Amino acid sequence: MLHIVNKSPSEKNALDSCLRTVKKGSSILLIEDGVYGATKGTAAAGKLAAAMADVQVFALWPDLEARGMQDNVIDGVKQVDYAGFVDLVAADKNVQSWL
Amino acid sequence: MTESTGGIDMDEESSGTIKKFAFVNRKAPYGTIYALESLEVVLISAAFDQDVSLVFMDDGVYELKKGQGTKAVGMKNFSPTYRALEGYDIEKLYVEKESMEARGLTEDDLVVPVEVLTSEEMATLMDEQDVVLSF
Repeated sequence: MLHIVNKSPSEKNALDSCLRTVKKGSSILLIEDGVYGATKGTAAAGKLAAAMADVQVFALWPDLEARGMQDNVIDGVKQVDYAGFVDLVAADKNVQSWL
Repeated sequence: MTESTGGIDMDEESSGTIKKFAFVNRKAPYGTIYALESLEVVLISAAFDQDVSLVFMDDGVYELKKGQGTKAVGMKNFSPTYRALEGYDIEKLYVEKESMEARGLTEDDLVVPVEVLTSEEMATLMDEQDVVLSF
């Protein structure tokens, strides 16, 4: 299953809810303001890093770059472009968008 | 009953009073329109020669992050505009220390020189304002 998060972890609890309910082997894709969740030094960073033992975490690089966060990404987060976004959606049987 | 001013002969007080305005920015750029809209209103306010302060707290600190490049998302990168504010005599930019640090950022990460204030100092600054506009 693919989980998509598009909200900043310091403004909304979408990433928290996602991390609470994600199953081992699933994937998380961070887009839009959700990409702040993939950056170092935040309150959310520890939780995401811990989750990465069981799930793959992706971030949309155009959104990272728009926000100037391209050099602040947590190690192990894989960056994808729009084509990679499509591949992730197509690869899993279902998708939950944490709006 | 007073005479109508006709909108022309405004008294000294109403035309000459300078008020303290604070724009409180608490939203990340691009995800919502708040950050850009705030900047538009700030630029408009510059035309009225008011005492303008910009406050950045919570995710608003992200508005000032260096290295923004929006080509791939097809949006306007408005971060250089913060550096141009000085040219409009808007020179008071304040960042809340707690918000900056909670996001793993330092002053060196910001596009423009700012004054970093603690929450307590920010409280005082906001309390001193005549008008507070929040975005």
